[in-house]
Amino acid sequence: MLESLPCRRMQNRQDLITLWLMRWLAAMIVLLLILLVILLCKLALPAISKFGLGFILSDTWNPITEEFGAFPFIIGTLITSFMALLMAAPLSVSVALFICEICPKQLGRLLGTFVEMIAAVPSIVFGLWGIFSLAPWVQNVVTPFLKNTLGFLPFFQGPSYGIGVLTASLILSIMITPTICTFCREVFNTIPSQTKEAALALGATRFEMIKIAILKPSYSGMIAGIVLGLGRALGETMAVAMVIGNTSRLSLSIFAPGSTMASVIANEYAEASNAIHLASLGYIALLLLAITLIINSFARFIIWKWTPKI
Amino acid sequence: MIWRKTKNYFFITILTLSGIAVLIPLILIIIYVIKMGFSSLNWQFITHLPRPVGESGGGMAHAIVGTLFLVGLGGIFSIPLGIMLGTYLSEFKKDKMAKFLRHTIDLFSGIPSIVIGIFAYILVVIPFKHFSALSGGVALGIIILPIVTRTTEEILKLIPGTTREAGLALGLNRTKIIWHILIKGSRAGIFTGIILATSRAAGETAPLLFTAFGNSYFSFQLMQPMASLPAQIYTYAISPFADWQRQAWAGSFVLIIIVLGLNLSARFFMRQKS
Repeated sequence: MLESLPCRRMQNRQDLITLWLMRWLAAMIVLLLILLVILLCKLALPAISKFGLGFILSDTWNPITEEFGAFPFIIGTLITSFMALLMAAPLSVSVALFICEICPKQLGRLLGTFVEMIAAVPSIVFGLWGIFSLAPWVQNVVTPFLKNTLGFLPFFQGPSYGIGVLTASLILSIMITPTICTFCREVFNTIPSQTKEAALALGATRFEMIKIAILKPSYSGMIAGIVLGLGRALGETMAVAMVIGNTSRLSLSIFAPGSTMASVIANEYAEASNAIHLASLGYIALLLLAITLIINSFARFIIWKWTPKI
Repeated sequence: MIWRKTKNYFFITILTLSGIAVLIPLILIIIYVIKMGFSSLNWQFITHLPRPVGESGGGMAHAIVGTLFLVGLGGIFSIPLGIMLGTYLSEFKKDKMAKFLRHTIDLFSGIPSIVIGIFAYILVVIPFKHFSALSGGVALGIIILPIVTRTTEEILKLIPGTTREAGLALGLNRTKIIWHILIKGSRAGIFTGIILATSRAAGETAPLLFTAFGNSYFSFQLMQPMASLPAQIYTYAISPFADWQRQAWAGSFVLIIIVLGLNLSARFFMRQKS
């Protein structure tokens, strides 16, 4: 049976035109990606030649004295993304398990649609809700709780203004849950029911069946889903820009305001006055692009390597 | 045995709780937007331009129109292109270029939208030296393209090979099979993909901040700045004026109605067909 149309030995002229047109368009899209990278490099060139690789580790960001370094933003991006993953990954996996294995099929489908709806909510709405609803809650409920229980650690000290790294991570964790959850559901659905039935027939409880027959074989698939979620979190802009507080000062406390690579671009790009400021923001965008491309390629690599074996 | 059973119940309880917990943020957000947005929404909001600071009233009519215009501008090129590329990926999947294209599309869908905004800025804003609706359209087009491509590919993959063989047996050439049988036959699914992609683009803010930029008046000119609903909400949300913040909520309400409405109707449409 044909999966797709045979493309060898085509003689019809119309077909050849179609194929070559499509090939040409495809080549244009590939070139567009290359062009994107080249143009971004060109935009960042003044900053690259002035600051070099030291840009990544320098923590001064001063548009007036024209000294720029991306360290606070890289750290901010990494911290918010990993905190978001820490919260979202276990939740997403267990929701996916709940949908696939525990609740009735109809209800599961409804719940799945609900989860995907989260992904459809525009990030600006998340941001607005974050400022007016989540931030006060973080300030008045979460912060005192964390201070009372874990306050001896340096990460949980200092004043909270509601707006800060913790709030941004919470918003991010909500936003990446659908990405991970939907992907994990697809992975869990590929497991044949015979495998599950075999585990149950051997006397395993539901929990043991899930552990042996579902979680173990789909381990790499789950990792791929989590990495895709990480890619989404790294690039998220508006919601984070609205609730993180936007300061280039580094702080150990998760209650303090911070900044991420995407948020600093969103805040300063349209108002950047001098060329080197613009170039530095371009440099940050280039770094962000590099990180997300690597993360996403890594996820695709895991998928490509493991999917046939499941 | 009791220990194993307890562990089992404990585990299932946790899974059930997480299933309930995941709904909480979505419900909270929707309730909050409805509560804050519905009270500030009135007819004036949809039909009027913004008033200067200090005067109450006014609306976001220009931003609603601007969003539709920008999404249309982005879609007009990238939707047909996306359908063609999706067809190429599905129907000529063994072709060498198709493998490159598939990776490229995957990478495109992973690029942060703010970086796409900068790309559109370099491509369009820098050569013409000012913010323009065209650059916003380009940015949204790049966001729409991979989504339409992927959904078209997935939809066409669902068509059984026998349908293609039937076409070949009738003596049709491949172009005619693609157009008359495959694409026309699955237009419902492709249409769903288009709606999903445009609803995603309609909610994007980051790539518009320094491309379409914003405008306080109606504008239909390609080379002039243009307002959009998300960017307008952003400007109003971070402003210190209570009346503007109130309007930001009304704007979010309209935006969420547009986006979730499109999204849900696309899903509903899809389920009806399949």
